[in-house]
Amino acid sequence: MNTAPELIKTLLGFLPEPLQIVVWVVVVALMLFVTVIICMAMLTWAERRVIGYAHARIGPNRVGPQGLGQPFADVIKLMVKEIVIPSSSSKFLFLLAPLLALIPALAAWAVIPLWPGFVVADINAGVLYLLALSSAGVYGIILAGWATNSKYAFLGAMRGAAQMVAYEIAMGFAVVGVIMASGSLNLGDIIDGQRGSYLSQYWFWLFPLAVVYFIAGVAETNRAPFDVVEGESEIVAGSHVEYSGMAFALFFVAEYVNMIMISVLTSIFFFGGWLSPFEGYFGMGDTGLGAPGFHWLAIKVAFFLFCFLWFRATFPRYRYDQIMRLGWKVFIPLTLVWIVVECVLMIYKIGPWAA
Amino acid sequence: MQAVRNFARTFFLTELLSGLWVTLRQFAFRPSITIQYPEEKTPQSPRFRGLHAQRRYANGQERCIACKLCEAVCPALAITIESDVAADGTRRTTRYDIDLFKCIYCGFCEEACPVDAIVETRIHEYHMENRGENIMTKDKLLAIGDRYEAMIAADKAADARYR
Repeated sequence: MNTAPELIKTLLGFLPEPLQIVVWVVVVALMLFVTVIICMAMLTWAERRVIGYAHARIGPNRVGPQGLGQPFADVIKLMVKEIVIPSSSSKFLFLLAPLLALIPALAAWAVIPLWPGFVVADINAGVLYLLALSSAGVYGIILAGWATNSKYAFLGAMRGAAQMVAYEIAMGFAVVGVIMASGSLNLGDIIDGQRGSYLSQYWFWLFPLAVVYFIAGVAETNRAPFDVVEGESEIVAGSHVEYSGMAFALFFVAEYVNMIMISVLTSIFFFGGWLSPFEGYFGMGDTGLGAPGFHWLAIKVAFFLFCFLWFRATFPRYRYDQIMRLGWKVFIPLTLVWIVVECVLMIYKIGPWAA
Repeated sequence: MQAVRNFARTFFLTELLSGLWVTLRQFAFRPSITIQYPEEKTPQSPRFRGLHAQRRYANGQERCIACKLCEAVCPALAITIESDVAADGTRRTTRYDIDLFKCIYCGFCEEACPVDAIVETRIHEYHMENRGENIMTKDKLLAIGDRYEAMIAADKAADARYR
């Protein structure tokens, strides 16, 4: 496949070898960054339209065709707004917090294999890198709540920290199941391990883990119905209550980039990433429908992103103690039990481990 | 047994799934009920009580006879009338002011009027840009009446059988 990253690699052929790699990584990372940001802008538009239709409304449809210009109008609005820094806040930390929220969200894209043979950094501990970065994202929220020096922001930050720590564990155990099945921490190898058919993809044998992973991902990104961090009815906007203008926009971008990230990871860990679901079925493995490619990943990610929006349109916010109960008393035991089940399946060579 | 059933219902999220079905059904299969306002408008009754107007007879003579029934019936005291004998010897208003900020658009003035002079039209998209424009003087009311006479007459005719 003659793709843009490979084209750039050939164009950079005139440079000496070490410099070539550095420049390639920088250029491709920039391309990925712009793409992710545009996807994120489209996601905010999609969110408002999808939720609008789910509520028998229409949603934004005035700026440009179908309202597609709305996110750009919002960006312009946020850019010209003043960034108010509360006088009692810690100014350095106050401005550092949105960056700490955004940078891990964007950095995680480095290890994501987007189509066969393309990944910016093909590292062997990719899953660990992702777990580390998704844990680092919580610092942005805690720091924002702390530096603002406001009760509401602080309460929101505390809730966010407790919630993200609780769901991090369930998420980690769900990923442990995937690592056990694939025997690798490299995301490319995890996808390769799911070759065969849609039944050899991990969601079939690890179904409870897939469900727990996605729901914990919703909680991890602080999206409805787990958005107690910014529970409007109690603590106004939670940790970013005092943020305005582009400082707020960075939190906003981080949240949506994380949403896309969780959708991509769910696709990769449990639904075969860029593998085709029709691979090896009805003789379709040989036709174009069975070929792996970026479009399969895009379709899967779009579905999970729709689920995010769908949940937000449907569910009322969980009460805080119920969130903790769900995380600690339901998800963690459920994942542990299923890891035991998986061990039994592996030892007695049942299902995908039969061979 | 009930406890097991309850546990199963909670554990398999059946209530949540039925909730998801409600929103998905609305999203995918049912139309939005939004009215896109400037282009589309909701249907309006001929009885709609909007901006006021004063009417004239077909020969151009103004209807109002300064009986002051509207001023008396107005619950918000929005109407102020002064009257005198006109040049042709008839009783006419020299001043007929309606304060739109006081008016509650109850339509009592219209019902009280013996000659159908003061009416409330179906015009509801109007605004003021300066102080004092909220006072509808006699000239302004008559101008509105002249401009929308066809619409007003049609609305009155449509509603006549219910009065």
